[in-house]
Amino acid sequence: MSETNLSVAMLEPIEDLGGVAQPLLQVNGLTKHFPVRGGLFAAKRTVRAVDNVSFSVAKGETVGIVGESGCGKSTTARLLMHLMPRDTGDIIYDGMSVGQSLSLRELRRGMQMVFQDSYASLNPRLTIEESIAFGPKVHGMADGAARALARELLGKVGLVPANFANRYPHEISGGQRQRVNIARALALSPRLVILDEAVSALDKSVEAQVLNLLADLKREFGLTYLFISHDLNVVRYISDRVLVMYLGEVVELGPVDQVWDQPAHPYTRALLAAMPSSDPDRRTETPPITGDPPNPIDPPSGCRFHTRCPFAEPLCANATPKLTALDRMGHEAACYMAIPGSGHSRAPKEETV
Amino acid sequence: MTKLVEISGLNIRFTGERTVYAVNDLSLSLGDGEVLGLLGESGSGKSVTLRALMRLLPKKRTQITGKVNVMGRDVLAMNEEQLSSFRGQTVSMIFQEPALALDPVYTIGAQIAESVVRHEGKSYAEGRARALEMLDVVRIPSAKRRLDAYPHEMSGGMRQRAMIALALACRPKILLADEPTTALDATVQIQILLLLRELQREFGMSVIFVTHDIGVAIEICDRVAVMYAGQIVEQGTLRDIVRSPVHPYAKGLLASTVHGAKRGQRLETIPGTPPSLGERPHNCSFAPRCAAAQPRCLEQLPGNVDVGPGRAARCVLAEPVTALS
Ligand SMILES: Nc1ncnc2c1ncn2[C@@H]1O[C@H](COP(=O)(O)OP(=O)(O)OP(=O)(O)O)[C@@H](O)[C@H]1O
Ligand SMILES: Nc1ncnc2c1ncn2[C@@H]1O[C@H](COP(=O)(O)OP(=O)(O)O)[C@@H](O)[C@H]1O
Ligand code: SF4
Ligand code: SF4
Ligand SMILES: [Mg+2]
Ligand SMILES: [Mg+2]
Repeated sequence: MSETNLSVAMLEPIEDLGGVAQPLLQVNGLTKHFPVRGGLFAAKRTVRAVDNVSFSVAKGETVGIVGESGCGKSTTARLLMHLMPRDTGDIIYDGMSVGQSLSLRELRRGMQMVFQDSYASLNPRLTIEESIAFGPKVHGMADGAARALARELLGKVGLVPANFANRYPHEISGGQRQRVNIARALALSPRLVILDEAVSALDKSVEAQVLNLLADLKREFGLTYLFISHDLNVVRYISDRVLVMYLGEVVELGPVDQVWDQPAHPYTRALLAAMPSSDPDRRTETPPITGDPPNPIDPPSGCRFHTRCPFAEPLCANATPKLTALDRMGHEAACYMAIPGSGHSRAPKEETV
Repeated sequence: MTKLVEISGLNIRFTGERTVYAVNDLSLSLGDGEVLGLLGESGSGKSVTLRALMRLLPKKRTQITGKVNVMGRDVLAMNEEQLSSFRGQTVSMIFQEPALALDPVYTIGAQIAESVVRHEGKSYAEGRARALEMLDVVRIPSAKRRLDAYPHEMSGGMRQRAMIALALACRPKILLADEPTTALDATVQIQILLLLRELQREFGMSVIFVTHDIGVAIEICDRVAVMYAGQIVEQGTLRDIVRSPVHPYAKGLLASTVHGAKRGQRLETIPGTPPSLGERPHNCSFAPRCAAAQPRCLEQLPGNVDVGPGRAARCVLAEPVTALS
């Protein structure tokens, strides 16, 4: 068992079968479309919530996912958790797929999720202690041991058990609820934790504490994180690598510093420019992208960003640009301007190797 | 400047199994057309304060004392009927968690229409028309189609716009905003903030805007009140609070940002946790976490000290130093 300094028993984590070189999570061509009702005689339409998304997460790594509302981050997370069926694509956990060498039950222990909406994800009729103890009990831990574990974990996330264990979700603040959710996820000894906007509702001093806490827990429990957030500062701080999503697709990915310092996709650039000002005398006057986050129902053809992109050229609407390597460090972007010889006027000349 | 909202000496206590002194001796005012930010830590009483202003707290288990005056009316003395027209028409609220404002089983159009019918006594058809108009006001594209959408069919940003449309449908004088942009993505957040800034001017509303994000406050607020443990520990203009906070908590809050922090480096935090609020504070609630604490901080509740025009702090450090003779 891992060398945590918990004084109580935990569930045994799912065994590391694949070894260090085996990514903890491999996602290939993940796709999920939702049918939507049109008008009375309108044709059936589909939301392309997640479209052909591929990435991997190495053991011990923190991978960030950023992108606008509705771009498919939460759907990706739910698909990974097997909370809904996917259309196509492979989800490989430590070299194993659910249904073959891995049961759904095992996956749900090995991979835990902390949701965006801290309130909706807690059962209002259970006390906080009961909520945290619930999972371990389902997995066979005795009531007393599960409650002891719950109290221990409450302390780990900075909530004094004596003050909080017997409260109900509506009796604590949003920040406190999010810590409870983190404790509840950890109660199953997961190796991968998906954090979907997990610190977004917290104020800064608490956010800083929770981020430090996540770093500590990561070290103590040997965790791997998939960190979904709209806060670019937080993502830069916590992630090793980052995926930028737009309308269900990955448009840029790479080591976070490369992506932040040399964003290659115009969408990534707009995202970075949308951060609120830190100077009262220089408020943001106009949003860097106008219009609403686009709807993934019948998305634009070709590069899905072409309807909002200041550099769009006719070829952009024709075919989807593929994720293309920009360097040897894993920085990739799906934009014709980054693809040598693509025919875009700003593209680099094709190199003869 | 005329004051639309005057709260003075507000105390809110939740009773029941445990007693929580959620708001303690809180005073604030909101001017006509002003945007006041309430900035503070989780559990500091921001939402409870807003809820008290709308009398949304559970009646049986809540004890409220003090004065809450809105446009000359005593809110704490209103009966249910008066409250019903007060809510929506005078004061309206948008929430931190849209799940609390939007009903998952009704379409957006139906919810806005129903609110107009309930608060203004209009017909349902008139309510529908207002709903359409409001979805346009908050710039929801293809508004007509969106009228029949359910909240779960919308993305986060769209839901937030729908909630704003619902809140503004009865043209309130005062909008209470409880972290409405907290869970949104960057490009959506900035648009919603600029939208609210615009609608505030357009509708001539006054706004109390709860946020934990100083960047958000910078984009939208004129004045800021920093809350801690159910009290306002410092208030002043946005510039003063951002550039030269006086209260040690306000200073700590502004310092604990991930902006520019290096990966792997520990973030600056305010040590400790906020008090449990199980007792009425009788001295400085921040003292156990404060690096500048002195014995006198524990003797009594620090008074509200004026530090400049329209600026006050609740800290002994702000007290004028008596000149040595
Ligand atoms: N109905 C209730 N019964 C008992 N205690 C409550 C109730 N509602 C809130 N509290 C307590 O009152 C205090 C203030 O809560 P409030 O929701 O106002 O915090 P907040 O400043 O809005 O925090 P956040 O930023 O996390 O939303 C907290 O200690 C909370 O646990
Ligand atoms: N059950 C559903 N039915 C129809 N559309 C859905 C459903 N769930 C999500 N969507 C749509 O799929 C898209 C992606 O949603 P989501 O993954 O929640 O985005 P994100 O988490 O990036 O904000 C959105 O347009 C959303 O409205
Ligand atoms: S491919 Fe074309 S439209 Fe898409 S981001 Fe690049 S330049 Fe813009
Ligand atoms: S009154 Fe004392 S303890 Fe409280 S904030 Fe000021 S210096 Fe710190
Ligand atoms: Mg989401
Ligand atoms: Mg709140």
